[in-house]
Amino acid sequence: MIYVIEPLPLWISVIVAIFLILGGVIVFIGGLGLLRLPNFYQRIHAPAIAITLGAGSILIASMVYFSSVESRPVIHELLITIFVFLTAPITSMLIMRAAVYRDLQDGKIDYSKPSSQPFPVEKED
Amino acid sequence: MSSLLVFAISFAQICILLAMLFCTIRLLIGPAAQDRILALDTLWMTTMLQALMMGLRFSNELYFELALLIALTGFVSSIALAKFLMRGEIIE
Repeated sequence: MIYVIEPLPLWISVIVAIFLILGGVIVFIGGLGLLRLPNFYQRIHAPAIAITLGAGSILIASMVYFSSVESRPVIHELLITIFVFLTAPITSMLIMRAAVYRDLQDGKIDYSKPSSQPFPVEKED
Repeated sequence: MSSLLVFAISFAQICILLAMLFCTIRLLIGPAAQDRILALDTLWMTTMLQALMMGLRFSNELYFELALLIALTGFVSSIALAKFLMRGEIIE
């Protein structure tokens, strides 16, 4: 594997590395939550962390790195940041509405009786 | 100093790769259709992050356009799939 990495000052490298490791760990936790959580309504929370905080950290790392390499402010990663932060809630909301609609139609959610659990319980069938 | 950056980039790429693997497993085993759509949406986002990491690794800004295109296409496809799940048709 070819590594083409310009010589950078140490403090820039440390900042970029901290943001990269933070973003990687958060994206990993989001994927693990998507795989491991038991209910759909719990599962939909996991990728939100990965998309907002993880993607934000990696985009900040990319901005700092390219600004230092090209010795001018490179801020066009803000485009992806704004786009992702605007569209991720819309996608989540539409998927959530579709899921609630389908579960209500299939009778998997019973809202008539109060539940002790804070999320709708999927019936086993 | 540069080895620190190489380590961080490799670590982040491996983490994102594992997240992509988890999304793929959820996409394959998901009990309902909404789980699969959620997994596909997350897979788009992690792919975008992977493209950004490739741009960092090869110090090439061309990967930025790739990431932007992946984010845009993923948004449109996720919206279309969610609308399809809701109504049974995309354009009413």
